Amino acid sequence: MIKKLTCIECPKGCQLEVETDGSHVIRVTGNQCEKGVTYAQQEIEDPRRILTSTILTKGLAVKMLPVRTSVPIPKAKLKEAMDEVKKIRLSGPVEAGTVILRDLLDTGADLIATRRAG
Amino acid sequence: MPLPRPSPYDVLIIGGGVTGAAIARELSRYRLKIALLEKEEELAFGVSKSNSGIIHPGTQNPPDSLKGKLCVQGNILTRRLAKELGVDFREVGELIVIFKDDEMPELLKIKKEAEELGVPRLEIVDGKWLTINEPNLNKEALAALYAPTAGIISPYRLVYDLSENAQNNGVEIFLSHRVTGILRKTGTYEVQTDKIPFKSRFVINAAGLFADEVSRLVGGDDYTIKPRKGEEYLLDKKLENITRHLLFPLPSPTSKGILVIKTADGNPMIGPTAEDFDNKGDTATSDAGLNKVLENAQKLVPSISGRDIIAYFAGLRPVAGNDFIIRHLDKSPGFIDVAGIQSPGLTAAPAIALMVADLLKRNGLELKKKLFFKKHRRPSVHLFAIPFEKTRKLIKKDPAYGEIVCRCEMVSAKEVRDAIKRGAHTLDGIKFRTRAQAGRCHGGFCTTRVMKIMAEELKLKTTEITKRGKGSEIVKDSRDGK
Amino acid sequence: MESRELVIVGAGPAGMAAALSAYRKGIKDILLLERDQYLGGILNQCIHPGFGLHHFKEDLTGPEYADRFIKEIEGIKGIEVSLKSFVVHLTGNKVLTYLKPGKLAEVKAKALIMATGCRERTREMVHIPGTRPAGIYPAGLAQKMINIEGWLPGKEVVIVGSGDIGLIMARRFTLEGARVKAVVEIQKESRGLIRNVAQCIEDFEIPLYFLHRILRIYGQDRVEKVTVENIETKESFDITCDTVLISVGLIPENDLVEMAGVELDKATNCPRSVEPIPGIFICGNAYKVYDLVDWVTRDSEKAGKMAAEYIKGLK
Repeated sequence: MIKKLTCIECPKGCQLEVETDGSHVIRVTGNQCEKGVTYAQQEIEDPRRILTSTILTKGLAVKMLPVRTSVPIPKAKLKEAMDEVKKIRLSGPVEAGTVILRDLLDTGADLIATRRAG
Repeated sequence: MPLPRPSPYDVLIIGGGVTGAAIARELSRYRLKIALLEKEEELAFGVSKSNSGIIHPGTQNPPDSLKGKLCVQGNILTRRLAKELGVDFREVGELIVIFKDDEMPELLKIKKEAEELGVPRLEIVDGKWLTINEPNLNKEALAALYAPTAGIISPYRLVYDLSENAQNNGVEIFLSHRVTGILRKTGTYEVQTDKIPFKSRFVINAAGLFADEVSRLVGGDDYTIKPRKGEEYLLDKKLENITRHLLFPLPSPTSKGILVIKTADGNPMIGPTAEDFDNKGDTATSDAGLNKVLENAQKLVPSISGRDIIAYFAGLRPVAGNDFIIRHLDKSPGFIDVAGIQSPGLTAAPAIALMVADLLKRNGLELKKKLFFKKHRRPSVHLFAIPFEKTRKLIKKDPAYGEIVCRCEMVSAKEVRDAIKRGAHTLDGIKFRTRAQAGRCHGGFCTTRVMKIMAEELKLKTTEITKRGKGSEIVKDSRDGK
Repeated sequence: MESRELVIVGAGPAGMAAALSAYRKGIKDILLLERDQYLGGILNQCIHPGFGLHHFKEDLTGPEYADRFIKEIEGIKGIEVSLKSFVVHLTGNKVLTYLKPGKLAEVKAKALIMATGCRERTREMVHIPGTRPAGIYPAGLAQKMINIEGWLPGKEVVIVGSGDIGLIMARRFTLEGARVKAVVEIQKESRGLIRNVAQCIEDFEIPLYFLHRILRIYGQDRVEKVTVENIETKESFDITCDTVLISVGLIPENDLVEMAGVELDKATNCPRSVEPIPGIFICGNAYKVYDLVDWVTRDSEKAGKMAAEYIKGLK
């Protein structure tokens, strides 16, 4: 079957046509670069997303610290991940890039700060 | 908020719009125990907040009407009041414009009736005069009736300044108190509210849209308030000087027509429409209203475009027949109706207050002047209205004047805090007093800042901050529970 | 009155890029005025990725993109940063007046770069008939409430306009536990990036209605519902909600340059050139609404260079 996907790897948003047997990718067309192919494969087999959110801080000049997962995590775990993120209260100073939480929900992705907060 | 006195008040005013506030201030000259009840979260949140802010000269009122007499009186009294209270009043003059020869007789009739009422310095001006003195007026305008004594004022700032001065002179104000019943027991009224009851010898009904319902509580049943909706459209402040005078067309049977006016805050305003409704709570604007207003405004000033509109709202006029109803209700001694106060109610307010004081006196209330009546009020600071040199001095005295919260209207954190100290405790209350959130970005920049100041000053949780009272909370949840 | 070589108004991505570029071209006396209490401008609330793919060849979030520039600026003595500083007046002679807590200052600059960004189009600017309850927010304000303050503006949201900010907020609200009941777009396709339609709308199965408009907003104190109309068939239906987000475009903020005598395009509020008055340069979203911050950086660096050339030319 042919599945139509929008590649989200970059702002171009190529409209991909993915020939698939349901769980594996046979062919990808419509992509303007290699990232489209890997995206299509990942999306069909194991859709993942980068999660960005904010965490509450305690006693820092920045009240809500923006954070992101270091790598995309399974789409199905987004809600659970959000619940975990909401539990965090950060009290120590951080730089952009500081790891807040290692291996969020066993996904292999770390939760990292995207901004300095002192 | 204080608790009411156990012993009866002398006067209890129902309604905290411009009428109630003006009456409260006037009566606060005398040695009386006065309470004012307002059902909304803040004063002026009823009819008064949608007021155009025009101080009318007195034209377009029947010569024998209360409206006419009190408007002419009020035009003079408001000027003095404005000085005493530190609220801006600006005389700008009004032009009632005609486009055809056959409209002249009506214009002359308006002039004649106005002169009978005592409106001063009226004159008919011609096309040449109009071209020089009102350059953006439609060149097809033939002539106009010029009434130089028309002016503009901020209607809600007037209410807040009146009430602040009244409070300073002893009036007790109770917000969020809605009258639910009135009983008469041996010469005293017991006024029941959704909170606690009040006792008073005299009751003044200045309840705006609901005056008929309040009157009915004591058996007054000879008038009904019918809401007449008016949609208004505000234009960008850049066009502040698009007109020099207030521009009127010839009136319609139900209203003074769709105007092009100046407001005290600088934005020109076009409107209002005049549509009768049944619902006293319906303040929705409509596409039809917008089109009607724009079409008619462009008849007067053709260069106005829909793109100039930066805000809009609708208000309801409390209409009770053709004139004000200001009377002692003989069947319920001590009860005074002040109802149907639509245009020119704002202008007439100080004169209405004098008339009410007189009615009270004639019906048994002794009016003994206080020895010390604080007639002046320390004016509020508005950075946008003062020169930079003055701002520099203010900042030296208090650095918080340098912390800008609202960028469109140049409002400082200090002004916001002062407004809160003076009684504002909703976003709208702060907007009406300081202009923060009323500029081009409509709060896009300042809302979070203003809310944080409110949370601090009023010791509120963010989820408790409202636009205009319970039910209008801004935020549904807060991550830190504060 | 203070005298400076270069004054830059706004320390978002445009102002910061211009400052660094002018510095690298030899201007060592730069005053960077920022009205907020931190650098970075709007990027601070754009916590989602998609920034820097061209400029840094990396997929960064807004704050991360800003951080790259902030770190550079902090290391440079020749760029003086003044926070909580609000410009209230500007003349064509490059005299600025600004306010900050405790101070009102006048500065004469040899050259000026205006990097004042945009404001949002609000409900009041687009006539949506109905009442004026609490719960109607421009999308950027809702974004600030959630991402900077940690407040959730509403729980059942209808979004007007399918521009990028509206799409991004559809996802943000959903992740925060709210229900986005619809995105309503009057045109026949999204005004934002297709990628955002995929990852913000389709990912969460949010109904997206093209060729529809909000006919009326209901609710006296807080939003209660909206009526949505198909502009072609005129069929309408109601959606109950407590929040209406307005995402119908940005307006360049050019009040100050207008004060200085610059004529703006009536329809877009944009200046007609990058240097409308000799020595006064405009860059970033104040010049025109950009879709990617990478291009803001590119063009603002050019403006910084131009300002530096201008100053050197005066000597």
